[in-house]
Amino acid sequence: MRKSLFARNPSVLIFLTCLALFTLGVTVLSEAFGTDMISTSFVKTLGKTLCLCLIALAMDLVWGYTGILSLGHFAFFGLGGYMIGMWLMYERTRDIIVTSMANNPIPPTDSEVVAAIGNQIFGVVGSSDFPLIWGFSHSLTLQLILVVAVPGLLALIFGWLAFRSRVTGVYLSILTQAMTLALALYLFQNDSGLRGNNGLSGLQNLPGLDDVPQSVVSIWFLWASALALGLGYIFAAWVVSGKFGSVLRGIRDDEARVRFLGYSVEGYKLFIFTVTAIISAIAGALYYPQAGIINPAEIAPIASIYLAVWVAIGGRGRLYGAVIGAAFVSLVSTWFTGGQVPSIPLGFYTIDWVDWWQVVLGLSFVLVTLFAPKGIGGLFDLISGRTSPNRHGQDLGPGAGSLQEQEAES
Amino acid sequence: MSTLLEVSGVSVSFDGFKAINNLSFQIGNAEMRAIIGPNGAGKTTFMDIVTGKTRPNEGRVIWGEKSVSLLKMSEAQIARAGVGRKFQRPTVFEDQSVFDNLLMALKKQRGPLSVLLYRKSEEDTAKVQELAAEIGLVDQLPRKSGELSHGQKQWLEIGMLLAQDPRLLLVDEPAAGMTPEEREHTTSILVEAAKTRAVVVVEHDMEFVRRLNCKVTVLHEGSVLAEGSLDHVTSNQDVIDVYLGR
Amino acid sequence: MRHILFSLCAAMLLALTLPAMAQTPSGPVQTLLQEHSALIEKASRKTVQPAIDALATSGLPAAQTVLQKWQSKDMWLRKDQDGFFWAEDLGDKQYRLYDFDTDQPVGDYDKKALKQLKPNSGVRALIGVALVQFQLSDPDPIRRQEALTAIKRDSAPAHLAPLRASIEGETDPAIKARKEQLEVLLTLRFDTDDAARVAAIESISKDISLDARAALNSLLTSSIKYAPAETANIAGPVEPGSADLTVEAAYDMMVAENAATALPSAVERKTFLSENIQGGLVGGIPVAQLSTQEARDRAYATLNPTWSADVSKASIVANAPFFRVYAEPSSAVTTAAEKALNSINTRVGFNQSLDLLLDGLSLASIFFLAAIGLAITFGVMGVINMAHGEFIMMGAYTGYVVQQMVPNYTVSILIALPLAFAVTFAAGVAMERLVIRHLYSRPLETLLATFGISIALQQIAKNIFGTQARPLTAPGWLDGAWVLNDVVSISYIRIAIFVLALIFLAVFLFIMNRTRLGLETRAVTQNPRMAASMGINPDRVNMLTFGLGSGIAGIAGVAIGLFAKVTSELGSDYIVQSFMTVVVGGVGNIWGTLAGAAMIGFLQKGIEWGNPSNTLAAQTYMIVFIIIFIQFRPRGIIALKGRAAGD
Repeated sequence: MRKSLFARNPSVLIFLTCLALFTLGVTVLSEAFGTDMISTSFVKTLGKTLCLCLIALAMDLVWGYTGILSLGHFAFFGLGGYMIGMWLMYERTRDIIVTSMANNPIPPTDSEVVAAIGNQIFGVVGSSDFPLIWGFSHSLTLQLILVVAVPGLLALIFGWLAFRSRVTGVYLSILTQAMTLALALYLFQNDSGLRGNNGLSGLQNLPGLDDVPQSVVSIWFLWASALALGLGYIFAAWVVSGKFGSVLRGIRDDEARVRFLGYSVEGYKLFIFTVTAIISAIAGALYYPQAGIINPAEIAPIASIYLAVWVAIGGRGRLYGAVIGAAFVSLVSTWFTGGQVPSIPLGFYTIDWVDWWQVVLGLSFVLVTLFAPKGIGGLFDLISGRTSPNRHGQDLGPGAGSLQEQEAES
Repeated sequence: MSTLLEVSGVSVSFDGFKAINNLSFQIGNAEMRAIIGPNGAGKTTFMDIVTGKTRPNEGRVIWGEKSVSLLKMSEAQIARAGVGRKFQRPTVFEDQSVFDNLLMALKKQRGPLSVLLYRKSEEDTAKVQELAAEIGLVDQLPRKSGELSHGQKQWLEIGMLLAQDPRLLLVDEPAAGMTPEEREHTTSILVEAAKTRAVVVVEHDMEFVRRLNCKVTVLHEGSVLAEGSLDHVTSNQDVIDVYLGR
Repeated sequence: MRHILFSLCAAMLLALTLPAMAQTPSGPVQTLLQEHSALIEKASRKTVQPAIDALATSGLPAAQTVLQKWQSKDMWLRKDQDGFFWAEDLGDKQYRLYDFDTDQPVGDYDKKALKQLKPNSGVRALIGVALVQFQLSDPDPIRRQEALTAIKRDSAPAHLAPLRASIEGETDPAIKARKEQLEVLLTLRFDTDDAARVAAIESISKDISLDARAALNSLLTSSIKYAPAETANIAGPVEPGSADLTVEAAYDMMVAENAATALPSAVERKTFLSENIQGGLVGGIPVAQLSTQEARDRAYATLNPTWSADVSKASIVANAPFFRVYAEPSSAVTTAAEKALNSINTRVGFNQSLDLLLDGLSLASIFFLAAIGLAITFGVMGVINMAHGEFIMMGAYTGYVVQQMVPNYTVSILIALPLAFAVTFAAGVAMERLVIRHLYSRPLETLLATFGISIALQQIAKNIFGTQARPLTAPGWLDGAWVLNDVVSISYIRIAIFVLALIFLAVFLFIMNRTRLGLETRAVTQNPRMAASMGINPDRVNMLTFGLGSGIAGIAGVAIGLFAKVTSELGSDYIVQSFMTVVVGGVGNIWGTLAGAAMIGFLQKGIEWGNPSNTLAAQTYMIVFIIIFIQFRPRGIIALKGRAAGD
């Protein structure tokens, strides 16, 4: 019965191959390689999309497999971005300050440098002192640890509170949404220590690498994002393929039954919630240096709902579905809102897609929920001829529409 | 015969309605017990209390040789302590194969990390095969359990219970909706199980209870009305008045 | 009487003689002015007082006019002849002079022949004070009121005497009360007798008005002084380095008092060092090594042997005598004022809690209003409708559109309320029919589908109405506020919303408990199959109930639009709070929603009060509190119990 992970999940190999080919293709066609077929800004868009695919993967683990509709994962994504952003901004500002101070008649002391950096960074919010939370921002290592630790800890505490009190279903969704809102509102304050609604900016410039053109940096980040996505996919496939996956799906379909089997459902939920929060944070830490700026609006609850939308459109309960959904919807959104799609003149009114895309997205989402709960991933079932089991008319349970990697063989 | 589970003086009320009223109940190791009673007698609530789903307002629930109280434990802890429960409606994981269902139930470390790192051994596979043979579902192992018939699901659930290797089995109406042959099979599974562990069966069907051939407890309005052999309780005037006579 | 007769005669005489010869008039005021002509012509703040007093106390009817004209730079002199006049500008640099006593013209003059008196601002202020007594007893009550307001705004010690003098003859009781109140405030600040001031202070120790508090606070103004004089009215010692007095400020103060010598700051020392670089060395230390404070100190000490890094400002100021000194010299007065202010502050605190309570109540009713539609669709039916906020928005925009067509605000609101209900009812029914009906057993998917509708509706609203906020104006009779005192007040709109919330509660209770629809709704939600078998059409009931909940959201939208900005994001601002309200209160119970709204409303106001600068922080803490609250009451404040609650 024992087979390797790849043998049990042929989709993993297919996916990794596609990802590798994609990355290679983009690299070869990029400006950095000299072919110049794909602009640097589009390489960045593609890199960001890969990060979104990674967080969609996390969302699929937590929602598609475990049945927790978290509306808070974008908060973890954003926190990850903030954590790496703090280092990028600190070091970048330090480089600039040190360069400008080099012309002073007397070399600056360390505390003068720090004060000048603080002035530079926090001038916009009328402050000049470093808040306590910036204590580690001088060290890349520490800040990288924080990328994982801060969102992980937040998820752990929040999850512990929420799961312990047996908040489930839509209540949990609302609670996670409230958590996200609270975090966003907190960050919007000027005295939150993270520059209020200005957010952190200039993150695309890597400290100490001023000589490297953005076209090359964008390719580096594309590779890093692709690597993270590939590793994330293997990890997710490994988690859901074994007995752990069985338990997760059991929790999704009948939580009480799993509990009476002796599994501490809360522990499993907390585990998967925290792990996916960390994955989201890593995705965010890769995303925001490519985006160049992060502000609290990115964390608003609506972002997390969009995440659920991507996963649902792609197809829940199958890893490639989440990835396809995120890539498809975010790229199409970029295309439509970028103003590249020609307007449709109706004579009396002109449909400008920049304005109407949201409407189309919202309504198409309703249609997908109603008529194609399996999402785009359902198309693969049609191709491979897989069918859902006959449930004798019973409803689909809370994870309706979710489909497993391992279908019955009969 | 040592006592495995002792419930004493337990009461629970929902919004003023006393579902269980000063109930006391005992069961020893390797004993089969049937609980009968009219609707609303508190049979399901009794199981809820023992498995930790409902907290009683007062009373004690003592478990095992070490006499630990079950009232402070969570459902999962109680299950790990050795109490298995089968629900009225068959509840199996319909989206997963019979094999996976049984494997999940197999008595193993239940912590998230050990489950994550768990690798299926030959031994476990053999154990699952053996269980499947016991409940008669060997041919169905790779099938999705959602595709099974009603009776097969009931057996699968009993099989999952046995896989947990509990010391006490709580079985809620195992024979409901079964054909006579299926009932026969169910009876034999239960009787077999009762040889090594305590089994409590809640059942309406007198014929089925008779076939189990065990001590019977009659519940009425949340407390024990009578206890003894089936013949003994069926001749009890109170029992006839509140249950059989109607 | 004699004066009047006299002036009448003089006027007649003048009228007869005009325009014969413009001679110097000789009315009583003119005589008086002539007496003080030297002072008046060369008026200075220090010397002019006798002239003003003479005019003010003369009792002449024209004295007030003289002072007013003088103050407003309208008093003129003839260069060749004596006499003070007021002038009318005829244009072309021609002026017509008028006599003060008679108000008769005395002739037209070229500007060159005249001299305008231009008293400086100090003199004008003195004149103003003198004028007060005239205004305070002016026959026109409006003028008297104005005078009082002017005194209150900018009071001076000199106001006290005329104010006291005018109380006696005051006929209007309201103005008299104001005068008396003002008299007390002036007494406690400006009276020369300390006992009178203390008495005045004690008399207002129960007055929570802003005026009383401002007057008391002005008595208690204080400043920090280094080694104040023995006689100073000292409030208490001040520790340098505390929030009140930084070490730097304390040291500067000592330097200013010659109690310490100025120490160069770090920046000054650095500038000094940079000015003394010689061949890459400063004080023998290479410049490149000056990147630590310690090295810089060494270099500086080398160049300035008297300076030492060990002499710190903090140690010098540590035991120096710094005291907080009242500007008011009398300690009896400041003690009484402290005491009075304390007792007032207690009362103010009490009133503030009352005000906070009212604020909380009004916020609670807003939350309740926003959530009550959800209490039906989510609480009773269990349908999670993320587009609920957009229904609120649709209601608000309906109100806006109606106001564009019906200009009368009262009528337009009366039309808008039922129309908003109709619009959102229809939208709700359509949504239930087309989407939600198919998803009853899949709550998470309902959430997502309704979210899709929500973003579509939001964008459509944006496309139609634009992104800027649209006004939804309340009728005039809702403007203003109900003011209890200077601390407690509540605007009429908020009262109206509170009343509306009560009406909604009553309507909800009536519909759910007293009507056929309510009965059927409860039946369908509790057991749809049983209800269906008893002849209830669950489809119809669900549709109507959902429509009802949505319709109420529309009405709430009109109410919310009256005080909030109507934008396409109006709904999403309320949606999370609304869900919180229902969840915290306990699902399926309107009293729970009420309790939830009350708790969230009061708590948010309470947190805002504790941290007034920051409503964002208040919302953050509120949500964190809710998350923790759910730990202890997962089913809300008013929970359904037992097996009925399900799992």
